[in-house]
Amino acid sequence: MKRYSAWNVFRNGLSDQKKWDRVWRDPDPKKSYDVVIIGGGLHGLATAYYLAKNHGIKKVAVLEKGWLGGGNAGRNTTIVRSNYMMPDNRRFYEHSLKLWENLSHDLNFNVMFSQRSHVSLFHSPAARDAAARRYNTMRVMNSDGELWDLNRLKREVPHLNYGPDARFPILGAAVQPRAGTARHDAVAWGYARAADSYGVDILQNCEATGVTRAGNQVVSIETSRGLISTKKLGFAVAGNTSRLWRIAGLGRLPIESHKLQAFVSEPLKPLLDQVLAFGVGGAHFYISQSDKGGMVFGGDIDWYKSYAQRGNLPIVQDVAECAMSILPCLGRVRLLRHWAGIMDMSMDGSPFICKTPLSNLYLNAGWNYGGFKASPASGWFFADLIANDQPDPIIANYDLDRFSRGYNIDERGAGPDPKLHG
Amino acid sequence: MIRINCPFCGFRDHSEFTYGGDASIVFPDLDASSEAWIDAVFHRDNIDGVQRETWHHVHGCRMWVVVTRDTVTHEISAVEPAHQGIKLVLEAMTGLSSSDEDQQP
Repeated sequence: MKRYSAWNVFRNGLSDQKKWDRVWRDPDPKKSYDVVIIGGGLHGLATAYYLAKNHGIKKVAVLEKGWLGGGNAGRNTTIVRSNYMMPDNRRFYEHSLKLWENLSHDLNFNVMFSQRSHVSLFHSPAARDAAARRYNTMRVMNSDGELWDLNRLKREVPHLNYGPDARFPILGAAVQPRAGTARHDAVAWGYARAADSYGVDILQNCEATGVTRAGNQVVSIETSRGLISTKKLGFAVAGNTSRLWRIAGLGRLPIESHKLQAFVSEPLKPLLDQVLAFGVGGAHFYISQSDKGGMVFGGDIDWYKSYAQRGNLPIVQDVAECAMSILPCLGRVRLLRHWAGIMDMSMDGSPFICKTPLSNLYLNAGWNYGGFKASPASGWFFADLIANDQPDPIIANYDLDRFSRGYNIDERGAGPDPKLHG
Repeated sequence: MIRINCPFCGFRDHSEFTYGGDASIVFPDLDASSEAWIDAVFHRDNIDGVQRETWHHVHGCRMWVVVTRDTVTHEISAVEPAHQGIKLVLEAMTGLSSSDEDQQP
């Protein structure tokens, strides 16, 4: 891998920037690997990278049925934060945020991580107290959190609807200054390039169609590019986990597939410096401005189970209403693009990074809305689990058996109904 | 927009309804084993294809209906009252089975 540096840009400038190598290879599948990861999204690619880098396991393949960045890696609103309160999530997402803070240097690829702060509005004294509790929990666990009163908020985010006619008058905001956004494509490409440089084979257009077992052990995977045998297998295909689980002959999971829409507007001049979240009553809305100027925003899932990667119109209206309610200055902004991705909505809103009923199969799934911010730590701990065959204490409760232990990691307290874990 | 042919109100936008969930779940007896309860409460088939699911016509007649829908294409092949007794009464009154009249206009 040729490192990206000012010197290399200068040197290649002498040959019109035409002598750069491919960013990653496009190899044919080998007959066998030490580890195969199904799913070339951010989690799968990060897993392959950390397997090679942290554990020295380099005979690894990542299978992607489409192209890199074509699934949920490219279907999110790129928000990174760690403002979770439940102990397991607190530790996990904080670890992820720390990895984000050094990710561009680590990968030698600019993922454009911008710690522009995450500003979560509150509209009632009760909501302020709940936010204070959550953000104090974060502070005692060595993260960062602030409460902004109305004066501070007006200074920092001047364009919100502070008027007396606001349906939900704004009282202030809970803020995580270290939170922010990153460029999602760059994260996929950065992990792919870095993993490839260790010798990991990234196999695009390679769909897993069958899992061959000998008893409770995986022997090989049937793919659209031939049979591949492996010593260990990892699933990282959020959205399609249940399908793959059935292909492996394993029955049911505490997961339902729902779709989540996201939107980007035409580019505007700088308007919003932070990531803004608005959630009160029936509203659920989050927005930031990309470096190109587009307003990137989203809201709730579509409220019914679906495997269709296309969104419905009532949610478009719902999200537009939220936007108008909080940022009325967006009223005449035109929508540029809008898309939907399939989410693994789990029964308590928290993920799974765990062993499975098969001795050499490992599961990474159930990311609900939160997969993008989780991807570095998800890859980190999934690689650790696969390499050592036992979970790090931080992810010990991200297992499939936690429901039978009565250990629901239910951040929202919404109960066992996947569609409610927003 | 999905259009659901409510057996009581006719074709309505899905935004009049709220989605319940998988209609195939059968809750066990109260004194059943905790494994049986954990399975019913937490585990799902999560079918990519035709599934039976409950919807509540909350902004209409407020009846629960069972919709047979493809989760990939969103095509609906049947809508029937969730309550078996009401379903029988409705079929006796209209003289048809609710699954005969599902094609969208």
